[in-house]
Amino acid sequence: MMRGNRTLTIGISLVAFSLMMFLLSFIWTPYDPLEINPELSLTSPSWSHWMGTDENGRDILSNIVLGSRATLITGVLAVVICMLLGVTIGIATAMSPKWVESPAIFGTDIVLALPTVLFAIVLAAVYGPSTYTAVFAIGIALSASVAQVTRREVNVILLADYVTAARASGSRNLRIVRTHVLPNLRASLFVQASGASAIAILAESTLSYLGLGTPPPDPSWGRMMASLQQYLIIDPIFPLWPGLAILITVLGFNLLGDGLREALDPTLRRDVE
Amino acid sequence: MTLLQVRNLTIRFGRKVVVDDVSFDLDAGERLGIIGESGSGKTLTSLAVIGLLPEGAVVDGSIVFDNVEILNRSDGQLSSIRGNHIGMVFQEPLTALNPLMRVGKQIAQPLRIHRGMRMKAALARATELCERVGLPDPERIVRSYPHQLSGGQRQRIGLAIALACDPSLLIADEPTTALDVTVQQEVLNLINELVREQGSALMFVSHDLPVVSMMTERVAVMRSGTMVELATVSKLFGGARHEYSQMLVRAARQSDDEFVRISEGGHR
Repeated sequence: MMRGNRTLTIGISLVAFSLMMFLLSFIWTPYDPLEINPELSLTSPSWSHWMGTDENGRDILSNIVLGSRATLITGVLAVVICMLLGVTIGIATAMSPKWVESPAIFGTDIVLALPTVLFAIVLAAVYGPSTYTAVFAIGIALSASVAQVTRREVNVILLADYVTAARASGSRNLRIVRTHVLPNLRASLFVQASGASAIAILAESTLSYLGLGTPPPDPSWGRMMASLQQYLIIDPIFPLWPGLAILITVLGFNLLGDGLREALDPTLRRDVE
Repeated sequence: MTLLQVRNLTIRFGRKVVVDDVSFDLDAGERLGIIGESGSGKTLTSLAVIGLLPEGAVVDGSIVFDNVEILNRSDGQLSSIRGNHIGMVFQEPLTALNPLMRVGKQIAQPLRIHRGMRMKAALARATELCERVGLPDPERIVRSYPHQLSGGQRQRIGLAIALACDPSLLIADEPTTALDVTVQQEVLNLINELVREQGSALMFVSHDLPVVSMMTERVAVMRSGTMVELATVSKLFGGARHEYSQMLVRAARQSDDEFVRISEGGHR
């Protein structure tokens, strides 16, 4: 049990670490993350500033802690949007007749063909860079793959005898979705949401790295990376910090997804009794 | 009084005709067996009666149940008949129940749909139904998940679901094929008893002539989509007209003789 779920354990720990940082940002940061201090510009890590300071003398650790907000909030909101949209579309297309299903699949295929970041850049160009543009762009882009996976899973569930039996007892589509489809889909939804979180966080970081995410002064890991990488020569450790933060969070959600899949899908379980 | 009237029922998938010009009547409280090998169209015929043919099936003819035409009805109109006036028991008791749902809730579904019962009342009725289909400790059973029950118990649950709303027609599609031989007999007796008690008509689909002859008064013999013979059980055994029916009767007799021979031999 423990051995089979090591992935899950590590995933949960890493995600918990990011979440703690997120919660911590509301209570306490070592320094005021936005306080500019020209004398302390670009100092290497020291006892007073564990991760050093940036070009404006701001404490990097404090900014990393605060930056978790932009990243996690964008990520989570984007996942909520993509799950709501994707699952609804997925179930609806699976349950509709062929002549609705085929064009719908074609539509999701088109969205799927667009790279998430490119799609977000277009939206940011049209509506201006903001947290919400990023949230919607990532949410919509990710919903296509969620819709595809959900549709396939629902199609399998709909073939089950118990769905035919439910129809034979007089259940209509909505009741079948509620009582049979959603409960049997639950495991897959957890896995998908977790995987989508990893992609969404990575996409948010990419966007803010390109200056299309959360606008300044609110720090975000992607933008910190972009500004700190200019000072590699002074100390190569600077851009490592936001990179590490992104890495831990994305890796955490990815492992969480894999671990959940392993834990929830009996056919993948290594320790079958 | 005629409860079910099937006239010239033809089912096609693309150009392939799987049920060809089938007609029969079923009176209220009457019991009819449909027998045939796999692929003979017996299951599709029974699914057509409840309006649950798979997507892509093209149907012609007419099925009138209780003065209502079943074919070309919308799903919504049919769902008020399904589970309410027509109950159905499926072949595989394992897959016909949702593995993630307690069986009590599953029995409660038709009651909630057709009787508008609240969950609590429906569950209480489900417990009664469990008792009625001969399940021991019904309070525990309704709280169980399908995997915690044996095949015979699950099929009894299936029967409880089908009979929850006192349907006037029960369709049983090979209800005992997936069960152990000893359990088969119990479930067959139970169906017999419940149908008699309730006065419902029974459409019993099977490939097993001895079983069908035990359950029903009349038998429709199907082969590759057509109904080759429709006769009372005694007539069929007395002198089947169609070659295929004769073969079935011979096979049934033979296995019966074999059984007698073996059991007598065993006593020696």
